[in-house]
Amino acid sequence: MSQDLAGTKPVIQFKDVTKVYSLPAGDVIALNHVTFSVEPGEFVAIMGPSGSGKSTLLNLIGCLDVPTSGDLWISGTRIGDMSDYDLTLLRRDSIGFVFQQFNLIPLFTVLENVQLPLTLKTQSSVAGDRPKDVLMSVGLEPALYTHTPSELSGGQQQRVAIARALVNDPEILLCDEPTGNLDRKTGTGIMELLAGMNRNGKTIIMVTHDPKTAEYAKRIIIIEDGRIQ
Amino acid sequence: MILFEFAKRNIRLHWLRSFLAVLGIVIGVASIAAMGILGNSMVLSIGESLSSVGDTIVVSPHTGGSGMGPPGKTNEKITDRMVEQIKRAVTPNLAIPVYSGGDRMKIGSKETAGVIYGIKIDDIPTLLEVDEGSYSRGETAAMVGRKFADENDIKVGSRISVGTKGIVRVSGILKERGMGFDINPDYGIVVTDNWYAQAYNATDYDMVVVKVRDLAQIDSVKESIEKALNKREQVVNVLETKKILETIMTAFSSISTFVMAIGGISLIVAGVSIFNIMMMSVTERIREIGIMRSLGAQRLEVMKMFLYEALILGLVGSTIGGVFSLLGGYLVSSLILKTTKYVFVPSSLLPVVYGMAFGIAVCLVCGIYPAWKAANLNPIEALRHE
Ligand SMILES: Nc1ncnc2c1ncn2[C@@H]1O[C@H](COP(=O)(O)OP(=O)(O)OP(=O)(O)O)[C@@H](O)[C@H]1O
Ligand SMILES: [Mg+2]
Repeated sequence: MSQDLAGTKPVIQFKDVTKVYSLPAGDVIALNHVTFSVEPGEFVAIMGPSGSGKSTLLNLIGCLDVPTSGDLWISGTRIGDMSDYDLTLLRRDSIGFVFQQFNLIPLFTVLENVQLPLTLKTQSSVAGDRPKDVLMSVGLEPALYTHTPSELSGGQQQRVAIARALVNDPEILLCDEPTGNLDRKTGTGIMELLAGMNRNGKTIIMVTHDPKTAEYAKRIIIIEDGRIQ
Repeated sequence: MILFEFAKRNIRLHWLRSFLAVLGIVIGVASIAAMGILGNSMVLSIGESLSSVGDTIVVSPHTGGSGMGPPGKTNEKITDRMVEQIKRAVTPNLAIPVYSGGDRMKIGSKETAGVIYGIKIDDIPTLLEVDEGSYSRGETAAMVGRKFADENDIKVGSRISVGTKGIVRVSGILKERGMGFDINPDYGIVVTDNWYAQAYNATDYDMVVVKVRDLAQIDSVKESIEKALNKREQVVNVLETKKILETIMTAFSSISTFVMAIGGISLIVAGVSIFNIMMMSVTERIREIGIMRSLGAQRLEVMKMFLYEALILGLVGSTIGGVFSLLGGYLVSSLILKTTKYVFVPSSLLPVVYGMAFGIAVCLVCGIYPAWKAANLNPIEALRHE
């Protein structure tokens, strides 16, 4: 287990990772012996055709899934045969997700959605000023905080989602097609926001189809048929 | 807590189906608890009448042959000789021979009918309590039952013409007695034994009422009567009122078992519908479950989200059911037992607590599987769910 690379310690490290989905029709190899690593503060875009394994890769980084074989480390922790409980803790404390469909909880207000990861972490309903501060930092006015997600525009919803992803100050921000459901102008706004977060030191991994969106990243990983090119 | 908030809002969003599921819980809890209240009130009120009439043993002629008890010769009446035997057997307790019958009666121009008891003047105060006027002093004096007096406008001093036998003068109105197991003069009159014997040409009595001073002796007194009279063959039935009350209790307990069974079935049905709407909630919320899990909610926390929902439904249903059971218990108690003083005592309220706890438990149990299912969804698949 040589995890000690000289200099900086990578936040993400894949070593010979394979992910196989067993289906009745046969096995699907979604990731095929993937090895790479990401240093703190990087902004990486993952690109590739549909079905190439981008989401699978993101799910592994996000501790939503475990590899079939190979080793991987997320913020210094080895994800091998970690229990669901520990994977969930890692997700809660070290990962922030931003999805294409925003994935806000419709029963909760904007503010409650952002408070959610914090309340899960502190096990208390007192959230303090942090959620409001983060909402401000993604450019949302306090007047919106008591609205439900359905009352917001797509761009506003994605800002709420980003605020929610950042509220626990995770090491890694994972974005799966963050602009996929937005028009060009709104998408640009979101990308400017993410780029700003990255300038402040946040490590961002982003899946995208769109080359223009990928331009915001400092590094592009191309994946095809489960292999990194 | 935010998980509780989630459950609350989910219910509010689907208030109609939640309401319907809660209805079953309400009915189940209400009927179970109401029966408990009623049963307890009944036990308490019977217990009270037990102490007031429980000191009584009723000796009546054995009418034989009907399969009840050992066979013996059919005896219509209780003779003087038997009365003497009974008196000797129960000393120092009192044995009061009673004539009983019924006849048409005329008060002024009003005609009616009622029961008539013939009791020795001296014994009347032992058996009965006077409410108005005084106990009979002369042989043509009569005491009238409260209900009979009220219905027929009979006052102290009124005259009643009894069948074709003559006229008696009312000397007193008796206190209402309610359910009595020896004699029940509420709907009739009590005349002196001499008057009765003359009027109806009676020599033998219809029953003997024995008043036992010490409740603990009931059984031994009963036994000595049996020994004295039923030694060779059964000639009399000896009944203690305690037994009669016990019979009534048994009858009630089967009614209450029946109603409780209905309540139980209602709870089971409610449980099924709780299970159903919980499954619906989980299915509708699969995506949110995935989101919660991606944000770091543990399986247990997801489970709590849905168990809270079941808990809220159970609490609301059981509380409403509990309130209804109190109202229902109060109503039925006032109708059947004619009193509500036993409804709000601790031992009557205990069934309400049990009923509510049971209702909540049913909801939680029925919520466990859906909640468990929600907790064990694969987060990735849940997130992908449309
Ligand atoms: N849960 C699963 N069960 C079975 N097969 C799966 C599962 N998830 C993904 N796959 C398969 O793994 C392969 C990679 O899927 P993945 O979702 O990672 O692709 P993708 O690059 O994200 O595609 P897209 O651009 O369409 O989102 C595909 O062939 C897919 O069918
Ligand atoms: Mg994908």
